Amino acid sequence: MKPFTYERARSPAEAAAAASRWPGSKFIAGGTNLLDLMKLEIEAPQHLIDVNGLALDKIEATPEGGLRIGALVRNTDLAADERVRRDYALLSRALLAGASGQLRNKATTAGNLLQRTRCAYFYDTNQPCNKRKPGSGCSAIGGFTRQHAIVGVSEACIATHPSDMAIAMRALDAIVETVQPNGTTRRIPIADFHRLPANTPHIETTLQPGELITAVVLPKPIGGTQVYHKVRDRASYAFALVSIGVIVQRDGQGRVAVGGIAHKPWRVEAAEAAMPKGAEAVADGLLEGAKPTKDNAFKLPLVERTLDAVLAQAKRA
Amino acid sequence: MRERSDFEITRRDVLKVGAVSVAVSAVPLAAKGQAPAADAPVLSKVSFNVNGKAYNLKLDTRTSLLDALREQLHLTGTKKGCDHGQCGACTVIVDGRRINSCLTLAVMHEGQSITTIEGLGTRDNLHPMQAAFVKHDGYQCGYCTPGQICSAVAMLGEIKAGIPSHVSTDLTARPTLTPLELRERMSGNICRCAAYSNIVDAITEVAGSGA
Repeated sequence: MKPFTYERARSPAEAAAAASRWPGSKFIAGGTNLLDLMKLEIEAPQHLIDVNGLALDKIEATPEGGLRIGALVRNTDLAADERVRRDYALLSRALLAGASGQLRNKATTAGNLLQRTRCAYFYDTNQPCNKRKPGSGCSAIGGFTRQHAIVGVSEACIATHPSDMAIAMRALDAIVETVQPNGTTRRIPIADFHRLPANTPHIETTLQPGELITAVVLPKPIGGTQVYHKVRDRASYAFALVSIGVIVQRDGQGRVAVGGIAHKPWRVEAAEAAMPKGAEAVADGLLEGAKPTKDNAFKLPLVERTLDAVLAQAKRA
Repeated sequence: MRERSDFEITRRDVLKVGAVSVAVSAVPLAAKGQAPAADAPVLSKVSFNVNGKAYNLKLDTRTSLLDALREQLHLTGTKKGCDHGQCGACTVIVDGRRINSCLTLAVMHEGQSITTIEGLGTRDNLHPMQAAFVKHDGYQCGYCTPGQICSAVAMLGEIKAGIPSHVSTDLTARPTLTPLELRERMSGNICRCAAYSNIVDAITEVAGSGA
């Protein structure tokens, strides 16, 4: 690990200001992904700004009837919150499907959104990777790609976003609240928060340098039956091959978001109109323009079949 | 075994002394908002409590909580397995919660209380979970065991607090103590000797006794 200086920030504005004062600095909260990457020198910040002391660890009701989740609320606490379990079951389910008990105790709401891909070529510093070293090439393309993306891919990158939580946030139309180094705040719809790789896969979100996430806001509950199903290589503590989150209303209409298949949580609103017709019709819309590799073409039928199973489960509930 | 004499200096001690002398010049640089000289370690102070004892440390900022416990405080019960949060051998309990001590910096734990396997029980007065692991043969090589035990103790607290899991059928009901629940909740602790069924038996016994 490269040496770095360290400070504990006392307010969100102070943290964002410190980040602009220190080029090459990083915020650290749970640290479960950042330190993993720093040990491998994939991340090498010269300065760490510890934001754990900021009072951003509350879940509060909003005047609109939703919930404002502080950036530092731990994954365990968010999944276990009574209001989340009752009104946003999809979010609880997605969180509980991710990582391990130990990691969920540390990992934060904001950090979960910002975690980086687990593409093996991104992690292998002996291999070219456009995400790790822009312009160096993509070792995954033409390599072993069973885990990789099938939609939204580019010639530069076929990595996936690894988060379960983000799939639920996307289906629930969450909004990311931030503060910038100059003190201004903004609200970013989750749909616009993560970027597709295009030719700049190293730029993964629409956050500006030094911009700090302060909260994630859930709109008021929309009800429906909420199901999250994660398909993976072992029963627990593994990243998704494919994961599907649905919210199904009584009339069969609803929302679908898919994990494990793209550089961002994958949702195609236009495809959701077909929900009453069943999984095949929805999957056709979701996967339009897909560019799978030989290794991961199995994800195309897997999305449809998992969606079919999830819709059947929603109907039984 | 003979106590180590004050005159014997280990390789670790030499490295520590070296780090301290370099850091004297690195600290003022940091205060001015300048990057440290390439590869020069930076020291930072931290105070925390481990197993009921207060410690004031000055550490290389890169030191993980795991390395601080093992290398600085010589509490070597906590084990380093993968050092990347994948195996759970380094599990300790911080302010009542189980975490991977390898994936957190020591300097991030100012004012916190840490419990390691050494703080749960002693040779003559085992924690009920330690006694149950012995009784049920919940290990073979024993390397993952301190992490398994710290994890299991805190995990039962999570069940008591009503925290649901991936396999809980009803999110809003009180969690049950089935083997399926225990296995899911312990999935962050890998045992390559595969003593899993005995580990489940040991935890089940402790959970049943309400300890």
